[in-house]
Amino acid sequence: MPIFGKTKFSTVNYDKTTPTAAMPSLEDSENPQEGFTKCRSCQSPILIEELEANSSICPKCDFHFPLRAMDRVNSLMTDFEEIDADMQSVNFLGFTGYDKTLTSKQMALDTKDAVVCGFGKIKNQKAGIVVMDFKFMGGSLGSVVGEKITRLVEAATEKRLPVILVTASGGARMQEGCVSLMQMAKTSGALARLANNDLPMICLLTNPTYGGVTASFASLGDIILSEPNALIGFAGARVIETTIKAELPENFQTAEFLVDHGLVDRIVHREQLKDELALILDYVSGKCE
Amino acid sequence: MENFVLEFEKPILELKEKLSEIQEFGETNNIDMAKQVAELEAQIQNKSSEIFGSLSPWQRVQVARHPQRPYALDYLNIFASDFVELKGDRRFGNDEAIIGGFAKLRDGRKVMVIAQQKGRDLKERSLRNFGMAHPEGYRKALRLMQLADKVGCPIITIIDTPGAYPGIASEERHVGEAIAVNLLEMFKLRVPIISVVIGEGGSGGALGIGVANKVLIMENAYYSVISPEGCAGIIWKDGAKAPEAAAAMKISANELLKLDVVDNIVKEPLGGAHKDHEAAANSLYDTITAELNALSELSEKEILDQRYDRFRKIGSFLED
Repeated sequence: MPIFGKTKFSTVNYDKTTPTAAMPSLEDSENPQEGFTKCRSCQSPILIEELEANSSICPKCDFHFPLRAMDRVNSLMTDFEEIDADMQSVNFLGFTGYDKTLTSKQMALDTKDAVVCGFGKIKNQKAGIVVMDFKFMGGSLGSVVGEKITRLVEAATEKRLPVILVTASGGARMQEGCVSLMQMAKTSGALARLANNDLPMICLLTNPTYGGVTASFASLGDIILSEPNALIGFAGARVIETTIKAELPENFQTAEFLVDHGLVDRIVHREQLKDELALILDYVSGKCE
Repeated sequence: MENFVLEFEKPILELKEKLSEIQEFGETNNIDMAKQVAELEAQIQNKSSEIFGSLSPWQRVQVARHPQRPYALDYLNIFASDFVELKGDRRFGNDEAIIGGFAKLRDGRKVMVIAQQKGRDLKERSLRNFGMAHPEGYRKALRLMQLADKVGCPIITIIDTPGAYPGIASEERHVGEAIAVNLLEMFKLRVPIISVVIGEGGSGGALGIGVANKVLIMENAYYSVISPEGCAGIIWKDGAKAPEAAAAMKISANELLKLDVVDNIVKEPLGGAHKDHEAAANSLYDTITAELNALSELSEKEILDQRYDRFRKIGSFLED
């Protein structure tokens, strides 16, 4: 929401309880019991129907649940055309259990891998978009995610369009070994070419964004937005605690912490995201006049 | 620490002890033991070839972490001179886990060296933070690489880190962002870049100085997306299964070569680089200069395109 000028965005009633940061569940559905799920933050039981009608935001405490990638795209864009929807991972290292995980996740989640890429319009402004899907193997960055993002960024460079990148990931995909690490470099290389062509990139960091994703494209936005209370960092909190043998500061690695420490530009509530992105795209697409 | 011996090196050590016993016996009793000595020396050679010719991935990790293994400065002291170290990121501080500056190789060629440096003794280990850099290290590295780009000086980065440091300060100053910016900016440098993994190539902390035209790896070094212990802890909830994780992730030099993660393997002396620093350094020097010679033939545009294409092609997937 702009800090000056006419307030034209709807606001949500924040008077209930304030959410605390929490890692979303990796389960396919959050223990659905007779149509109910439990909020990871305030622990209240919520009717799944009500949650979905509320953009997957807890109606009690405002905690932002992870959104499926295609739901995010549909909440933001019209005239969306997906690219590389059928690209699939291969177990090229012969990593035990990887094939089985891939197949079961593909069946359960009705998607081929952990990212949706394509072009569309946000309030009539064209842009390329990348949305990661945390539900698919923790949104992990492997060959498919790396290749699809690289192709989207290369195509946006060709079409001279800005890129919006919505992250949700635990980091690189271990089952693809060092090849997954190299996807960090590959995607960053494509983003270097986008930047060389004076095209902007906007990141939205959602809960959670960690590891190799933080250490590559998630941190490379010209503008970095985040959803409220998202957990964002390089090393996981437990790894840090074990290393330093001390307690972590309050709010450590939350979006709010990262605004205070200068990484995140703005925290944007999910209900206001489309308007906010449209406003930013209006500023960064073409010369400021 | 003087004679740190890995479990699987013990049979070699036993033969070596036997050899010195025989030599001593011969000397004190004035008996010619030349035949026995030659025989034992041959046995040592055979045993070393046998053991080091078939190291498991986990054994290689142990060699890569060997406390007597040559570190970046050991190599540089052998094949480089006139090192002008340049310090600090001009923003926050100077990180001793990554060193950098101008140096001349043995053939007189001027280069910019960026190197992750581990510590040999307790005091240096703490100074170098065990080779685990904070954000300042990556930002200093970038500043110096951009200087090299400005003056047209090839860059050599030496990778040897368990990973970027996982601590509060690291996160507060955004080590992830520091690495990410290096990944992007290194693609813009117009000078040849050669990276070499000499010991541990620990994840993003290694890659943060590893976007090169040619990526080399020492024979017993490893390069991995996560430590074998970390991978085992996440996948099997048991850090003790690190040997299985090391094998599953294909982190050894010859496997990384097949995956296009590295371009060339640098031979180590028999028994590992820790057995003979001089020989390891000469081997590395020869490979680096050969690669530099080849890259010096390329134009600026070819250097930029080759680096992009090198990373662009990495990855395996299925399309309809």
